[in-house]
Amino acid sequence: MKTRVLSRLISPQTMALAAVLLVNWILFPGFFDIEWKDGRLFGSLIDVLNRGAPVAILAIGMTAVIATKGVDLSVGAVMAIAGATAATMVEAGWPAHTAVAVALLAGLACGLWNGVLVALLDIQPIIATLVIMVAGRGIAQLITEGSIVTFSDPTLIFIGTGSFLGLPMPVVIAATLAVLATLLVRRTALGLLVEAVGVNRSAARYAGISANVLLLAVYVFCGFCAAIAGMIVAGDIRGADANNAGLWLELDAILAVVIGGTSLLGGRFSILMSVLGAVIIQAMNTGILVSGFPPEFNLVVKSGVIILILVLQSPLSATLFLRAPKAKTGASK
Amino acid sequence: MTEPATVLQARGVVKVFGQHRALDDVSIDLRAGEVHALLGENGAGKSTLIKILTGAYQATEGEVLLEGQPVRFADPLQAQAAGIGTVYQEVNLLPNRSVAENLFLGHQPTRFGFVQKKVIYAKARAVLATYGLDVDVRAELGSYSVAVQQIVAIARAVELSGKVLVLDEPTASLDRNEVDRLFDIIRQLKARGLAIIFITHFLDQVFAISDRMTVLRNGKLIGTSSLKDVSPTDVVRMMLGKDLEILHPVSTAAEGASGPVMLSFDGFGKPGKVAPVTLDIHRGEVVGVAGLLGSGRTELARLMFGVDTAESGKVTMNGKEISLRSPVQAVQAGFGFCPEDRKADGIFGDLSVRENLIIALQAKLGWFKALNRDEQLEIAGRYAEALDIRAANHDMPIKLLSGGNQQKVILGRWLAIDPNFLILDEPTRGIDVGAHAEIVRTINRLREDGLGLLVISSELDEIVAYSSRVVVMRDRQMVAELHGQDISPKIIVQAIAAQHQEAAE
Repeated sequence: MKTRVLSRLISPQTMALAAVLLVNWILFPGFFDIEWKDGRLFGSLIDVLNRGAPVAILAIGMTAVIATKGVDLSVGAVMAIAGATAATMVEAGWPAHTAVAVALLAGLACGLWNGVLVALLDIQPIIATLVIMVAGRGIAQLITEGSIVTFSDPTLIFIGTGSFLGLPMPVVIAATLAVLATLLVRRTALGLLVEAVGVNRSAARYAGISANVLLLAVYVFCGFCAAIAGMIVAGDIRGADANNAGLWLELDAILAVVIGGTSLLGGRFSILMSVLGAVIIQAMNTGILVSGFPPEFNLVVKSGVIILILVLQSPLSATLFLRAPKAKTGASK
Repeated sequence: MTEPATVLQARGVVKVFGQHRALDDVSIDLRAGEVHALLGENGAGKSTLIKILTGAYQATEGEVLLEGQPVRFADPLQAQAAGIGTVYQEVNLLPNRSVAENLFLGHQPTRFGFVQKKVIYAKARAVLATYGLDVDVRAELGSYSVAVQQIVAIARAVELSGKVLVLDEPTASLDRNEVDRLFDIIRQLKARGLAIIFITHFLDQVFAISDRMTVLRNGKLIGTSSLKDVSPTDVVRMMLGKDLEILHPVSTAAEGASGPVMLSFDGFGKPGKVAPVTLDIHRGEVVGVAGLLGSGRTELARLMFGVDTAESGKVTMNGKEISLRSPVQAVQAGFGFCPEDRKADGIFGDLSVRENLIIALQAKLGWFKALNRDEQLEIAGRYAEALDIRAANHDMPIKLLSGGNQQKVILGRWLAIDPNFLILDEPTRGIDVGAHAEIVRTINRLREDGLGLLVISSELDEIVAYSSRVVVMRDRQMVAELHGQDISPKIIVQAIAAQHQEAAE
């Protein structure tokens, strides 16, 4: 049991995170400093978690979708739609909780659309979700009528910038969602059934699994996560920017899932590992910012680290690591 | 008559993998113009021996002689060049290239470095004509049936090599007519003086075509003998080291013994798939379904399990009408289905043996009544033991198991839901003799336990052995229902073949 916990702790993901944090610390000695001010925690580490929260939340939904051998390219656009919906509604005088509820419904509706295309019409996920990826920003612009809608509603702003027990609200939301989602998939049979659909959809159908309903559910859940992330981003900047909110974040979310070790071919998945992947990505971003390097380096360094993680995860390295001890026993014989 | 020349010979071959002796002092000799069957259960060492003969592996000890000269092939290409060609069960060709290109890939006739398409096509037509195959050689190989692809693969191997031909389970995915056609070709090649190694799980095919046979068990040579001198029982005894009841097909399933009607399909059909079928399934009976590939037997099974939705008729279970519009509904009604294509529709390759065993029960229980780990272990353990599933542990991915064990897992998956009605589509195809016997035993046991079973099989002996009744499919219709004394291979074949007589008239 102890060795199992230990082997989990030294996965490529945790090693990568440790390495990134170490480099950050070398480049910026104050990286691990955390202070308590105005009833909440401040510091680079907290900042990593805070900034990484939207992608982490996207990655939670994306993990479920990718586990079914799918992908959801529309999450960035759904973020924009949710942000635009919430902002426009509070500005029109609706109470904040109604605005939040409608924004979440908008996310669910987008997810349902994706799910119908994938599960019922059997369209390839990458194409099916491309529809909202492209059209979604248009819809968001229609909602905001082409302008950036700013707002001063305290509830919405609290979602993006508030704090709870000293931790920034986005971190609290992301952590809660990650824990709830993990409990949901691992305490019920959902996790196993999702993996079964991802490994072999046809066999899943023959085994009496309602594969289509499950597929619908994961895309709806992914849309729901995207809507939450969209409101966090809108609350953070106190406005809804239909053009730029969540732009390219779908790629970061997919990356976080892949770094977390879930295969794009479907099957085994881990939500917590995907969240860890999102934190690794953000740790790199923040590290480059605080260490004073020009942000242009960001993308290059990021791709370097990603290549490293993917090589560590590849079947090739697995055989290399496995072969080494075998060769030893052969030699001792 | 002089003894034909020995073409390929292995002497005292040993192959060691780590601690495991996969082959232990095995010798075999192949004569020109003979079909030599290589027999043994899965894991007996057949493939290892073949791989050594064809250069894919190198022997740890012992030697291989080709026409009396010791040879050592570094890879299969060298063996091929020396005259040893191999055709595998799953055709190793390029389905998206033309038939002609596949025949000559890597050896295309060229002029000034350009491939001469016309010459290739002409040559391909000429080569295939000698096999009695008249197809458009310019069409993509993948557009033809597996049987045609197999013949192309054989033609390619013979063209490239021409002394020894290794056929590794060539008949596993062929229907009866196609097998006959393949045998004609094998006889023709035999007459041309090739030495042919034939690996198969089907004993009747061994006796139909082979001259001699060599049996391996657990990596050891059990014996080589002429097939004239042995009976099928002898061969099975050599392979298993024990007697097997299945080879004495006596229908133990007397129809009178079956219970009351459990399930009735009334005018159940779907246009273009299966003409309306009316069939009662009793408790404690096995209904065998016979028919050629494409006769509608698999389509019937899919309809009965709700994979395809019936457009006519109704189903009543214990007197109440039920809906069968999806497998989910079928599973809720207590149906189970082992599909024909195990890999595509049966197993979850990356999931563990345990998860594969509990998945149908979990699907039936729904999303929120999760089986916990202890329950999963208990269920997996119970059915692994009941069906003698051989896996190093139940957490390993099922894709690492042999075909026979995978089939047993799928069967166990359905037993775990405590089913009323099981549909088995070709449950014994492509699996080794031991697993085969286990599955046949299980079918008989389930019948005694009062289940209703519908079993589709191309193995007539097998159908005769366990069926209480036999339904014959032809041209997507149910054309006959055989009872009691009529359940014999001869009468089944007559019912299947009636169509051809009609066509001939």
